[in-house]
Amino acid sequence: MVDLSFLIDPVYIVTIIIFIIGLQRMSHPLTARSGIVWAGAAMLIATLVTFLTPELTNFALIAIAIVIGGGLGYIAAKRVAMTDMPQMVAIYNGMGGGAAAGIAAVHLLGTTTPATSTLAVIGGLIGAVSFSGSMIAFMKLQGWMRPRPITFPGQQVVNMAVLGLAALSGILLLWQPAFLPLSFSTYLPLFFILSLAFGILMTLPIGGADMPVVISMYNAFTGLAVGLDGFSFATPNYAMVIAGIIVGAAGTLLTVLMARAMNRSIANILFGAFGATEETTAEIQGSIKSIEAEDVAAMLAYANSVVIVPGYGMAVAQAQQKVKELMDQLESRNVTVKFAIHPVAGRMPGHMNVLLAEAGISYDHLFDRDEINQEFPGTDVVLVIGANDVVNPAAHREGSPLFGMPILDVEQARNVIVLKRGQGRGFSGIENDLFYRDNTRMLYGDAKETLGELVQAVKRL
Amino acid sequence: MELSLFWTSIYIVILAAFTGYVVISRVPVILHTPLMSGSNFIHGIVLIGAMVALGLATTPGQQIIGFIAVVLGAANVTGGYVITERILQMFDSSRKKPGKGD
Repeated sequence: MVDLSFLIDPVYIVTIIIFIIGLQRMSHPLTARSGIVWAGAAMLIATLVTFLTPELTNFALIAIAIVIGGGLGYIAAKRVAMTDMPQMVAIYNGMGGGAAAGIAAVHLLGTTTPATSTLAVIGGLIGAVSFSGSMIAFMKLQGWMRPRPITFPGQQVVNMAVLGLAALSGILLLWQPAFLPLSFSTYLPLFFILSLAFGILMTLPIGGADMPVVISMYNAFTGLAVGLDGFSFATPNYAMVIAGIIVGAAGTLLTVLMARAMNRSIANILFGAFGATEETTAEIQGSIKSIEAEDVAAMLAYANSVVIVPGYGMAVAQAQQKVKELMDQLESRNVTVKFAIHPVAGRMPGHMNVLLAEAGISYDHLFDRDEINQEFPGTDVVLVIGANDVVNPAAHREGSPLFGMPILDVEQARNVIVLKRGQGRGFSGIENDLFYRDNTRMLYGDAKETLGELVQAVKRL
Repeated sequence: MELSLFWTSIYIVILAAFTGYVVISRVPVILHTPLMSGSNFIHGIVLIGAMVALGLATTPGQQIIGFIAVVLGAANVTGGYVITERILQMFDSSRKKPGKGD
């Protein structure tokens, strides 16, 4: 066969350039879609040219593995509902971390230099943590695990001890001191088991509401692991190094931006066990009052202005189409309808925008927190659809775990209707003061069905 | 790794990190999710590393781990791409709609 391996480096360079352009395009709404298509094409070419690597064997195994992994990844991603996107990002990110850990393991099992094996150990540790941590995040968001923080006394000490032991076994793996009776074949599995355990332990105390930030952090971790792994080859794989480090840096910045949108620090998210502490409900004044769909329909139909606040409940109930129908009905009656989008409504920033866009609600109806907050005092009816923590006025009360979080001040509107499935609490697990306000009425039921009733009731008026 | 290669590596890492920072430093909040998903796809480049690791594997142990790594890496690539594409598709269709009314 003709040796075409001289093609590899030029193609990798082009790949990196296109990745950067792709990311750049993905950070502007108008060019975002073309960005991923560019990056996808570059990835495909990079994968193909990798088959030209000199001395490469096991072609059949590589091809089978790509077909299995690629096929499953493709089918699962095509079939999943838009509402489940956050956990899908988590699981694919975890797989990338797992692949990085796997590469590190393969290299550590082969011939290495002190430098490459050190980088393989660091990359392997970060990759393994990202893998197991992302899997826990996935299970929490998918509902396979309770999303509430799981805490136990001395948790931070235990976590740090496990991390310390993982690092120690990594050092022993590299060093293999003669005075210890254990061998390489003990250190290697021990190192990976401890690393995986740390990823699990680190994610357990984090509540569902903070998961997007954590997924973003693990995304940065995987990038970093991939970048370091790139150096663990006999000849450094610079495509991996550069792409990995870019994601590591971009992911870190994104994590900080997301935490800032929630007015939280990263340390607080990681170690705060947010939502684990129960607040007493005794200090909340008033009582919860419910209302029937017919009455709500009349309120909406004869209002001048209505603001809809969508939240995760709308996503779960797949109610966005019904929301659009209700909006059309109200607009045909000359009611002004606006949407108030909290930056972290749903489970990821931009989650609501995506779902409402899917239902055909145009951008000019959507307003972010700063724009809409001053309009609430002049609003007749606010319809909260499955949102909870982002409208909780407890955020203004010192001492509340939510204190300081920027919220939508819906309680200032004349009437607030909260569509809610049951009497449960929000993702943070904190009681919502809003539900006890005099101007608040609760409309219980599945959001999609309730909205359907509302649409019918408005039509009949 | 020789010393000169070590310093070259440091240069590369610094420039790559700076690039990653600059590229997304002014991204609007609504694009946080797609961008996280997009960068999730980009680190799917781990696939090419996994392919080389498996391709140069000699022992059965290396082959098994390498095989798993390629499966995981390939799933990261295709899954990451499809998810990102699906999210961004919605931004696309929503942009056309107000345009039609003009």
